[in-house]
Amino acid sequence: MAKSPIFILFSLIITFTVTNSFSIENPTDRRILVLLDDLALKSSHSIFFNSLESRGFDLDFKLSDDPKIALQRYGQYLYDALILFTPNSERFGGNLDVAGILEFVDSGKDLIVAADSSASDLIRNVAAECGVDFDEDPSAMVIDHGSYAVSGTEGDHTLIAADDFVQADVLLGNTKIEAPVLFKGIGHSVNPANSLVLKVLSASPSAYSANPKSKLSSPPSLSGSSISLVSVVQARNNARVVFSGSLDLFSNKFFKSPVQKAGSSNKYEKSGNQQFVTELSKWVFHERGHLKAVNVRHHRVGETEEPAIYRINDDLEYLVEIYEWSGSSWEPYVANDVQVQFYMMSPYVLKTMSSDKKGLYLASFKVPDVYGVFQFKVEYQRLGYTSLSLAKQIPVRPFRHNEYERFIPTAFPYYGASFSTMAGFLIFSFVYLYSK
Amino acid sequence: MVGKPDTNKTHQPDPTTTLKTSPFSLKTLKLKTKQQELLIRITILLLVYILAFITRLFSVLRYESMIHEFDPYFNYRTTLYLTENGFYEFWNWFDSESWYPLGRIIGGTLYPGLMVTAAVIYWGLKFLRFAVHIREVCVLTAPFFASNTTIVAYFFGKEVWDSGAGLVAAILIAICPGYISRSVAGSYDNEGVAIFALLLTFYLFVKAVNTGSLAWSLASAFGYFYMVSAWGGYVFIINLIPLYVLVLLITGRYSMRLYVAYNCMYIVGMLLAMQIRFVGFQHVQSGEHMAAMGVFFLIQVFYFLVWVKHMLNDTTKFQAFLRISVTSAVAVGAIALGLGTASGYISPWTGRFYSLLDPTYAKDHIPIIASVSEHQPTAWSSFMFDFHILLFLFPAGLYFCFKRLSDATIFIVMYGLTSMYFAGVMVRLILVATPAVCLISAIAVSATIKNLTQVIRGKTGQTVSAKGTSSTKGLSKQQASLDQSIPFLKNGATVLLFGAFYLLSRYAIHCTWVTSEAYSSPSIVLAARGAHGQRVIFDDYREAYFWLRQNTPQDAKVMSWWDYGYQITAMGNRTVIVDNNTWNNTHIATVGRAMSSYEDEAYDIMRSLDVDYVLVVFGGVTGYSSDDINKFLWMVRIGGGVFPVIKEPDYLVNGEYRVDKGAAPKMLNCLMYKLCYYRFGELTTEYGKPPGYDRARGVEIGNKDVKLEYLEEAFTTSNWIVRIYKVKPPGNRW
Repeated sequence: MAKSPIFILFSLIITFTVTNSFSIENPTDRRILVLLDDLALKSSHSIFFNSLESRGFDLDFKLSDDPKIALQRYGQYLYDALILFTPNSERFGGNLDVAGILEFVDSGKDLIVAADSSASDLIRNVAAECGVDFDEDPSAMVIDHGSYAVSGTEGDHTLIAADDFVQADVLLGNTKIEAPVLFKGIGHSVNPANSLVLKVLSASPSAYSANPKSKLSSPPSLSGSSISLVSVVQARNNARVVFSGSLDLFSNKFFKSPVQKAGSSNKYEKSGNQQFVTELSKWVFHERGHLKAVNVRHHRVGETEEPAIYRINDDLEYLVEIYEWSGSSWEPYVANDVQVQFYMMSPYVLKTMSSDKKGLYLASFKVPDVYGVFQFKVEYQRLGYTSLSLAKQIPVRPFRHNEYERFIPTAFPYYGASFSTMAGFLIFSFVYLYSK
Repeated sequence: MVGKPDTNKTHQPDPTTTLKTSPFSLKTLKLKTKQQELLIRITILLLVYILAFITRLFSVLRYESMIHEFDPYFNYRTTLYLTENGFYEFWNWFDSESWYPLGRIIGGTLYPGLMVTAAVIYWGLKFLRFAVHIREVCVLTAPFFASNTTIVAYFFGKEVWDSGAGLVAAILIAICPGYISRSVAGSYDNEGVAIFALLLTFYLFVKAVNTGSLAWSLASAFGYFYMVSAWGGYVFIINLIPLYVLVLLITGRYSMRLYVAYNCMYIVGMLLAMQIRFVGFQHVQSGEHMAAMGVFFLIQVFYFLVWVKHMLNDTTKFQAFLRISVTSAVAVGAIALGLGTASGYISPWTGRFYSLLDPTYAKDHIPIIASVSEHQPTAWSSFMFDFHILLFLFPAGLYFCFKRLSDATIFIVMYGLTSMYFAGVMVRLILVATPAVCLISAIAVSATIKNLTQVIRGKTGQTVSAKGTSSTKGLSKQQASLDQSIPFLKNGATVLLFGAFYLLSRYAIHCTWVTSEAYSSPSIVLAARGAHGQRVIFDDYREAYFWLRQNTPQDAKVMSWWDYGYQITAMGNRTVIVDNNTWNNTHIATVGRAMSSYEDEAYDIMRSLDVDYVLVVFGGVTGYSSDDINKFLWMVRIGGGVFPVIKEPDYLVNGEYRVDKGAAPKMLNCLMYKLCYYRFGELTTEYGKPPGYDRARGVEIGNKDVKLEYLEEAFTTSNWIVRIYKVKPPGNRW
């Protein structure tokens, strides 16, 4: 009997762990592994880490060469997200490697990667696999003689005050970030072949990427606003990844320092870094912009049963409920641009769905006069939001032999003709047989 | 007619002869000659009936009771559906598992005769409390109908010539390889039933023409209806019969019998044929059916003219009237046809029909028809293979027919000649020619043997008049001049008779050998001889389809070349993009394009078609030559016919098709090549050959290091004949 309390306790722990972990019902990450080059980062970036912990995340700090690093045990991931503040580590302890990190992302987990003026090959490889290419030159930094942050000494203009944010509330919150963000580090470009990567913070047109210590002998490989300072990737399985070229971006020092952009008289008491990083971390850890579509159903108008097959020219209704995760609960998602396609190699019907403001979206339309195997398709891709891609296959059959109209007025002459012939034949037979 | 006395002789034997010739044993049996003959005839027919059935069971003995080849699998699947869901569901069946995403209206695009026949047999057996599986019924339908065909052949032979010829015809057709090739057990295809229906229709029509009876004519119309419901080859009937009527009209053999037979058959047959959904209004609207309608009107004009002639009694006036009326009738007909065609009311001839009249047409214009091996022009060897001695007896039989011209023999001659022409154009149409060849040869055999036996029996008086074969010609001359040569004649006749029997027995041996060796292979299970002479069975197809059924999601879409579509849906129960019902050329061309593109281009095409798996057939390991690499040029041609980006010369080197090091670069990197030869470079197939030696083509392959980027190998059967690949989902981060 002594065992049972322990057992209950044990199961409670399990339940607690299970409910706290990332799931479809509760998409916000809970357990985060933070890998650091140096434990000093824990204190120098404490504001960022504290804000995460205050929002309910369990942070697990480990040195990058800790031999006990393991993302998964017995095929189960131990963490919901990974923060790599390891710009200099060429390899990790344990058996974590590039493939392991990418597999982590491909199983739907989130990732924050921060490089610095130096980015290790490991970081570069992870980034390249996600469509983010750090500057090839290992000593290059982003230099901007146009919009550098004004400081006491005339430096080499590698401390940049960037304010070219992406225009998306879902990524950066509803409140506008007034103050520029301080940035010091390596620049990167996003691969145009990858449609999933997105620049969140771009450099100004006057920026370029080069080694600040040497003279510029050839044109810089990266220049202007094509340099991205911070980028995000939302994978097809909705794993979210942030790449930052600067680790200092997250530091207490940058969070607190006042900022004045060169050529501007506005002087801010506090840089925009804290707001920027906090809002971005809310997005990357699924506290915002996470949608789910449930109760996808369709039926003929006036019925509730979902048929296995439709007939051409049927009137049908297609319904879907879309909710957004607010960080603690599912709230109805309200938008007026959700569209449904009735698709067979190309959309035969494309209709904007009407919303009842409680998350239910509805479209009613007539099945086209074409038979085949159709799909109800909802391809809802909005900047920063989880991409909803719903496809439901449904065949459409032609009329059955007894579903056509039986008596059509245009055929009355033919009916008349056949009946008169029959009558005539009868009369003729009588006359022929019984008349002399 | 020369042969007339002969015929009368057989049907009504002279009482005096009966008395004279009846041997001693007859009295003990207490049977008259007529009864005795009837008994023998029925016994022979019964034996032939059984023989026709059992000779087709080789495939069951050699392999197992299974459905063969490609089309039969579709027929089997539809029959299964029919028995499970009833006729109306079958009639309205919209199949979403084939031709994804277009779907196919099965009920409206097939000839339901075969399925309904098998289902009726099945229901009948079930009603009689025989617990059989529908598959067994399907497997044995073709042999059963082949047996029935022998009976029809007997009656047809009897109608055209005499009962002796009928018996011989029944025997010949029972074992003729040309027919067996399409009617072995398991070959559950339309043709198995259709040849029966074809011969029945012809027989009933000839009977109707001979008797002038409405009843026979009506029966012929119903036979035609059955034929229409069973096979697209009914177009042959609806063109041959008008042609026959036209010939009779031209040769002055017009009669009231013909008028009644044709009109009734055409009108009722047409109305019935229009009930088949697949035919529908084509019967009055398409160019292929116009000849019948034209002859129908022509025969009315003829009737009218005869009536006018009867009323007029004035030859000169009638001549004038005839000229005017015939000219105007032809003119009206031509104008009507021209207007109909121009307005689009009458559809032009289809490609298949054109390719029959002009064998080169398909090759130039419709690669999809030309790609099918059974649509190729026939080689001489296959005539020999399928007909054996009938090929020589056929002209002899024609000679006999011309010697004794009648309405019936004219018909059989025309049937024989036209079908022989078509058999020369397309291999598969040997099947249509077979009954005619058998019947005409039977006339030759029967007449010759009868003449010879009469010579031997010493009835010289009648022999001379009926004699005709070239072999006896010399003898007959002698005999006419000298009575003393009779013993010599008798000896010669005996020798010739034995010669004839020897030939016929060779025919029987040949037919049995061909049936057991060549025509009983189900082609879904392959057999080969091993190194020690033992039989090796390659059951890879069924292995692969079973794998698909067990290991892929229910709604997975499988892309393969269209040959395997029916089998995948029937056995694998998975949706296919294209199948053997080649109704949509563009869709097939899309698949052909995907197969002949580079992997990344193909991936886009496959994504747009929601393809989950790709299936290829590869014979490089086993030396199985009808695999996808050998069919590949047709994929290129068909794909290129619709999408000009695919060009055939890109896959050839100096007009040569090769897969070794000297192959064209596009060939070495196209999807089909990669899928077939993936990992093949590591495999040693034959002792003493380098790895990657393709046994089907006898070369070492040119690209041994095949890397797949967008697909991954999902399954390869034990002999590598079927290889299945899974299409990867798009990259998660890219």
